Amino acid sequence: MAEEVILLDTWVSPFGMRARIALAEKGIKHEHREEDLGNKSDLLLKMNPIHKTIPVLIHNGKPVCESNNIVQYLDEVWPDKSPLLPSDPYLRGQARFWADFVDRKVFDAGRKVWATKGEEQKSLMEEFIGHLKTLEAELDGKLYFGGEKMGYVDVTMVPIYSWFHAYEVSGNFSFESHCPKLVAWAERCMQHDSVSKALPSPEKVYQYVLQLRKRLGIE
Amino acid sequence: MAKEIKLLGTWASPFSHRIELALKLKGLQFQYLEEDLSNKSQLLLQSNPVHKKIPVLIHNGNPISESLLIMEYIDETWQHQNPLLPKDPYGRAAARFWAKFIDEKVLWTAFKAYNDKGKEQEDAIEEFSQQLKFLEEELKGKEYFGGERFGFVDIASFFILQFLRVLQEVKEAELMTEEKYPVLFEWMEKLQGNEVVAGCLPPREKHVAYVRARRAAAEEAASKTKAA
Repeated sequence: MAEEVILLDTWVSPFGMRARIALAEKGIKHEHREEDLGNKSDLLLKMNPIHKTIPVLIHNGKPVCESNNIVQYLDEVWPDKSPLLPSDPYLRGQARFWADFVDRKVFDAGRKVWATKGEEQKSLMEEFIGHLKTLEAELDGKLYFGGEKMGYVDVTMVPIYSWFHAYEVSGNFSFESHCPKLVAWAERCMQHDSVSKALPSPEKVYQYVLQLRKRLGIE
Repeated sequence: MAKEIKLLGTWASPFSHRIELALKLKGLQFQYLEEDLSNKSQLLLQSNPVHKKIPVLIHNGNPISESLLIMEYIDETWQHQNPLLPKDPYGRAAARFWAKFIDEKVLWTAFKAYNDKGKEQEDAIEEFSQQLKFLEEELKGKEYFGGERFGFVDIASFFILQFLRVLQEVKEAELMTEEKYPVLFEWMEKLQGNEVVAGCLPPREKHVAYVRARRAAAEEAASKTKAA
């Protein structure tokens, strides 16, 4: 039976990028559909009625929601090419722990930065950088969080790199000066086609952020 | 090789109860260490330096934290009895989705629904009611969230909902009722009737008294902050 794989996504979403990277790493043929979140498709509302968010992976008509779920699902259904999670249960637990940290700490702080300004924003940026430093320490001289090759945590984290330029311009600082090893890691990941093709241009992301802040009434 | 399992937990935490049950379902011997969260042990701080929270499972000296992740670890390490997650990837993805829904949406909305005031509370009550409806729909026609046998989602949600019932009693609210959610209540009763599950719940009165005291302290602290 031919596999039918559809990804509902939006170009700027770091969560969508995770799914894109995993699909590319595993060479999975799929149809990519761009959603307009201001006018969500019937398919999206049907496939993710609870959260109504992207990304949603639809495999042979059945939906998988939440980006980290999608990446784990792809890894379990297509385990042979580019395995993302380790086979040892303890190391899997560690990988999941750090992916959860990326979601609940890194991405969460990073997201809140855009909804604020002035002192509040400055303090959130500091928090964001603090979490990046924690991650950098976890990298601890390895090429990737996955070890010799990219793995689950790399796929979860690297999408935010496309947003770095926007943070740097808005906050008038450079990530290089705070967490150079993390920046080097991100650039190493970008050498992979699966990553460089999944991430949008930083300038495009920056323009998006400016529009977003105007819409939120912050700028 | 000696299997040494330690669980750092607290008697009142539903997250801690999850792990107790998972370990008991797998027939595992473990040492339970009660943490005083106002005076965290060196072991806790060393084992979970990033979040400094319970529960933490320490298996042969290796720590795992975050209750849902601990449950997955237990399931993958001890596969021989009472599987918690289904074998098929789609079922596993669905289980992870529902467990995360409980932790990241239901619990926090419920706190606001019970504790907030004014419009924020009204909105939260509406949202909480919608979330419970989703759970009710998901459970309809099944014995358990896990199907014929209870599993990952049942364990994840049962202790949280029991905790919310305690909070409901403290706040004298009526957001979760058998009338509104008959399927959920029948499922909770079924699990309460299971000896192993019930054995992981703290005595009801003790739990209510504890949550009441903590709410009072939180409200006092909040009013002091306002007055200051």
